[in-house]
Amino acid sequence: MSEIAANAAPPLPTSGERLKFYGMWVAAAIVLVLLPKIFSSGGSLTTFSLIGISIIFSLSYNILLGQTGLLSFGHAVYYGLGGFLAIHAINIFSAGKWPIPLPVIPLIGGLAGLAFAALLGWVSTKRSGTAFAMISLGVGELIASSALILRTFFGGEAGVSTNRTKLLKLFGWSFGPQIQIYYLVAAWTLIAMIAMYALTRTPLGRMCNAARDNPERVQFVGYNPHVVRYLAFCFAGLFAGIAGALAAINFEIANSAYLGAEQSGTVLFATYIGGIGFFIGPIVGAIFVTMLSLGLSDLTQVWQLYFGLIFIAVVMFAPGGITGLLMMHRPLVKAGTLMRVLPSYLIALVPTVAMIAGFILSVETIVHYTVNPSDDPHIRAFGVSFDAASPIIWATAGVLLIGGFLVARMTWTRIGQAWDDATGTARDKGIAA
Amino acid sequence: MSAAIELCGVEKRFGDIAIIRHIDLSVAQGERHALIGPNGAGKSTTFNLISGYMAPSSGSVLLRGEEISGLPPYQINRRGLSRSFQVTNVFANMSVWENLRCAVLWSTGQRYAFWKNIDKLPEVRERTAQILADINLLGRRDVPAGLLTYAEQRALEIGVTVAGGADIILLDEPTAGMSHAETERAVELIRRLTEGRTLLIVEHDMSVVFGLADRISVLVYGEIIASGTPQEIRNNPKVREAYLGEEAA
Repeated sequence: MSEIAANAAPPLPTSGERLKFYGMWVAAAIVLVLLPKIFSSGGSLTTFSLIGISIIFSLSYNILLGQTGLLSFGHAVYYGLGGFLAIHAINIFSAGKWPIPLPVIPLIGGLAGLAFAALLGWVSTKRSGTAFAMISLGVGELIASSALILRTFFGGEAGVSTNRTKLLKLFGWSFGPQIQIYYLVAAWTLIAMIAMYALTRTPLGRMCNAARDNPERVQFVGYNPHVVRYLAFCFAGLFAGIAGALAAINFEIANSAYLGAEQSGTVLFATYIGGIGFFIGPIVGAIFVTMLSLGLSDLTQVWQLYFGLIFIAVVMFAPGGITGLLMMHRPLVKAGTLMRVLPSYLIALVPTVAMIAGFILSVETIVHYTVNPSDDPHIRAFGVSFDAASPIIWATAGVLLIGGFLVARMTWTRIGQAWDDATGTARDKGIAA
Repeated sequence: MSAAIELCGVEKRFGDIAIIRHIDLSVAQGERHALIGPNGAGKSTTFNLISGYMAPSSGSVLLRGEEISGLPPYQINRRGLSRSFQVTNVFANMSVWENLRCAVLWSTGQRYAFWKNIDKLPEVRERTAQILADINLLGRRDVPAGLLTYAEQRALEIGVTVAGGADIILLDEPTAGMSHAETERAVELIRRLTEGRTLLIVEHDMSVVFGLADRISVLVYGEIIASGTPQEIRNNPKVREAYLGEEAA
């Protein structure tokens, strides 16, 4: 390499950095192997399997949204079709006694997702922005409604089911027990994560970023932005299909809900809450949203309302998602000024939690009076029992909500000042935000 | 030898309004050619017609004797013509390095490769580093393009334009909005980077135009009223009346 390149180019990773990088993936693999040893209950194995599936699905969605700037409202189409194809494949293979084991089935789902993305994507990726979003919505509705019409393939309302244990056994694994399904999902999650990470570091991956930032200019450096978007769309379809197939294997059923708008909404949700600006964002989001939806639905009957409010709060106050919020603190950690903001966070925590508690109390009381006013007013939400008919509760809710907000607002200002101070010092030390 | 760029009877109408009424223009290979004219004369539209951003309503555009009118911009770019924009038009969320590297990729034959590690392409790395050094942004390599100063963004704009190694370069007002010192540096940069290439430049600053151009064409109301050497243009009475007269005053 010439002298200029050696001086001007970013330094190639040192062997230490490379070791750290590969070490991270090895650590992830070890965590995936050890997780069921620590949490071995059937419930947690199911949760982990769902999280793994959600991670693949969210990462595939971020190929579109975060990396290529394509807002899709119909990504579940490829997830669902992957799921249906996987179910049909299992049924055909087990009926015909084909020598194909279960771990290969997600690949069939992936190829189905890829094939349908390749088929439907050419038109929708002609344009980015609003046009793309609208077409994705239309295609999503089209496929979801055909699922109820084309009964032989989609099985109508009931869907199609299968028995995953009927396939060729591999090393004596029947894939009946949840632990075996967990390991199947974990293996595919790791493979898919590595593959999608690698994709971001290829010429196509970088041109996806370029087409996201400025599709016009892409044309003037020799690339057709339509082809760039189309290829990104195909890859997103491939990995969504893998996720859908794993979901179908996990539940042993595929139905029209797999392809619907709600499923498409959930993946958008998880990806955005996690943060679309970083590769690990959707992983964080998938974990967070899966845990939250499983946890919240036990705690309150209006959990979807809280879900929506969290989403609005993230969009308004933390557009970088959870990962974005955490990454904001990186320069502070480097500059050693993190301790200047942490105390103000702790101070703000008290009134903010009070405000949220007041809000939840009000919501649950209102829900009681609007949804089932004739029931017993002694209700239970978030593990706390209270009397929704009691004026004391109403007053408490009001005081917590309004008082909490007034105090919290002052502490938020304090966070802002501490933040400016801490980042200012970091900047003075030459650490870029 | 055929001309680098040739426009024959090119017209561009939007509805009933003709923005480009009739242009015949020829830019020889290796020539630095300036296109000047008052605001609204159609200079940027001419660039859009040559670079494929718009298709002409009639007439033809030839690149080294080959018809290119109606081709999409990326096809024209692949044939060796690259343009810059009047308003900086780069990849704002990506670093300076990533911007330049994206501009290098196609010309090094990477196409839409999704099986190669982008950090392990020595030719891409070498050429990106070369351009980065050429535009004097070494210290700003990892800064997102959107956070650069105005003059730095303009330098990056030129860098992205020339990075692909196109031998015909179109620059649309590269020094607009720059201070005197910045303009001098920019002209020096343009002179260096377009060495041995064909340059067509739109520019308002007459000292830049007369300092840089081998030939000048004057565009007024969508028509070329004169083409010639700087000396011929300076002495052309039609040009003095339509354009330079106001400048001199």
